[in-house]
Amino acid sequence: MKQDYVLHLADTHLILGQRLGEWCGHNVVLEQDIAMSNIALDLLGQCRSLYQYAAELGGNKQTEDQLAFLRGERQYKNHLLVEQPNGDFAFTIARQFFFDVYHQLLCEELVKCSDKQLQAIAEKSLKEVRYHLTWSSEWMIRLGDGTTESHQRLQTAVNELWMWTHELTTTASYEEALDVPRPSDFKAAWHAKVSAILKEATLEIPAESTKQAGGKEGVHTEHLGFILSEMQMMQRTYPGMTW
Amino acid sequence: MVTTEQIWKLLNDVADPEIPVLSVLDLGIVRDVNVSGDKVRITITPTYSGCPAMNTIETDIREKVQGLATVDIITQLSPAWTTDWLTESGKQKLKDYGIAPPVEGGTGMFENPQVSCPRCESANTKMLAQFGSTACKSMYQCQDCFEPFDHFKCHR
Repeated sequence: MKQDYVLHLADTHLILGQRLGEWCGHNVVLEQDIAMSNIALDLLGQCRSLYQYAAELGGNKQTEDQLAFLRGERQYKNHLLVEQPNGDFAFTIARQFFFDVYHQLLCEELVKCSDKQLQAIAEKSLKEVRYHLTWSSEWMIRLGDGTTESHQRLQTAVNELWMWTHELTTTASYEEALDVPRPSDFKAAWHAKVSAILKEATLEIPAESTKQAGGKEGVHTEHLGFILSEMQMMQRTYPGMTW
Repeated sequence: MVTTEQIWKLLNDVADPEIPVLSVLDLGIVRDVNVSGDKVRITITPTYSGCPAMNTIETDIREKVQGLATVDIITQLSPAWTTDWLTESGKQKLKDYGIAPPVEGGTGMFENPQVSCPRCESANTKMLAQFGSTACKSMYQCQDCFEPFDHFKCHR
């Protein structure tokens, strides 16, 4: 049960880190290429701590690498939001911003939970996440309140991503059963923060629409399979390889 | 018999692979040294979660100490590392190397800490990017001498 929860956290960090890493060498300007690679690196570092803990919870039958690279699609418990393709720069920024708001709220709650290891990981992550959120919030405002083109592109991204954001503040059965934060408890806080920045960015808050969920239970969009095939290629081609 | 002091002294010679003017002690990442007979337990903490230098640092510490004792290196996450643990001499070494040591403040949106140029001391500088060549740095440029430089971000 607890391993499911820790894997859910680890998978979300890993998949978003992988997505951000896809920008490396392709970004619009060098400074933002470096920014996204740095954020990806923070997320990968955080997911390593989480996978190591998940391995320990599973009695070390699987290593952190096996958990990260040798599970099948249905065993991944990441949010659907983070597996969505990068799209254009605006799309990546909106996805990151929605995630960062959630991530900060999650870490602020996790530092108070009864599990010492999750507490320690969250305490460490929180300092990094605050910096990510400042960066993505600034970009929301810069693009939203920027040119007609940047405003329109970001509004499109916000509208298209909106249905995936619902899952960030849903509570899965394994979260109900453990002494860990329930994301549904910070739904209002997530909306308040997101709305404030969207407003400052002169963007419209999308109307309630279809809500997509299932990632936390292992039911994914078609995109995850492609990410995994690329990410797991080395481990599947050379089983057991290490750095 | 190896002593705790000897180990601390050895650690002073283990450099950060990414900013080689700093030792692991200057960085404040060595949290504890425990000597028991011929066994040494060294507790370290990562700077940033994804700092790629941590594995190298661990190997370097092991190589330095293993001739004297059996080494056990423990990575501890909490309390989380902060730039407050950089030593004063470490900050000076950074500055001499051309990297501005951590400056507080400017953590809100569209705010930047007021960092002075490590070359000419001018306060007239501009942030170029919030992220730099490593997780712990951001990029600045002096508007007087035009030197681009790194700022070691204040991490709290």
